[in-house]
Amino acid sequence: MTTQRHEFDPTPFLVEELPWAPRFSLRVRPEHRAALAGALSLELPSKVGQRSTAAGTEVLCLGPDEWTILAQDADALTTASSAAYAQIPHSLVEISDREITLRISGAQALTALTTGCPRDVEAMPVGTGARTLFDTATIVLWRDDRQSFRIDVWRSFLPHVHAILDQVLVELKSGL
Amino acid sequence: MLLIHCPYCDETLPESEFAYAGEAHINRPADPSALSDEEWRDYLFIRTNARGPHYERWRHIHGCGRFFNAVRDTVSDRFLMTYEAGEARPDLTVKEAAE
Repeated sequence: MTTQRHEFDPTPFLVEELPWAPRFSLRVRPEHRAALAGALSLELPSKVGQRSTAAGTEVLCLGPDEWTILAQDADALTTASSAAYAQIPHSLVEISDREITLRISGAQALTALTTGCPRDVEAMPVGTGARTLFDTATIVLWRDDRQSFRIDVWRSFLPHVHAILDQVLVELKSGL
Repeated sequence: MLLIHCPYCDETLPESEFAYAGEAHINRPADPSALSDEEWRDYLFIRTNARGPHYERWRHIHGCGRFFNAVRDTVSDRFLMTYEAGEARPDLTVKEAAE
């Protein structure tokens, strides 16, 4: 009796749910960007998609006047924000509970993302991020490494996104 | 799928990240109560329905979130150019001469 040998990758990619972390949405007009960056001791990149990291706090520029901040010290950030508020008009909103972050990593992480994301994810430089789509859900996609991504999904869309990723995982494991 | 250049992100991205938002360069009348019913109807509903280059608004809703303007040829569905909201209506003859 002959047996067919299959050489499929048993773990094409890994989906992990990352623990809760303080997350903020910052809106400020471009003319006040530099002043606010100084007041909050953060680097606010001016180009959409660029990221900066300082002392464990990550900042991603989502739009010309919008940033997402993954804060290491949330209290220090809100204190600095309220101190600067009178001089520099801006809005800093805590959105920690709005989204849940998944890490997608592994040899076929890119394949997994291309099933739902219409962007050319492969062409996205490492160390950048963007708001985009996964199937019909808006996500924020962070590229940390060639094969390591984070996606922030609104919590009500998470079962949908997770179901698609699980389906893809099954298909890739079976060699489809 | 159309590929649309977002002037704020400075990237050419798939259509599904964008939403169409009607004809561009339509200013709301400064004093609506001074208008006749016909003028108000024209402001609300009457559009050019152009055959050829059409000036229209788009929003990069699943991206930077910004509204911008685009010139799209309604016959070929090609995007001729996109530009930031608030900029004056571009002169297409200048663009053609430059190419």
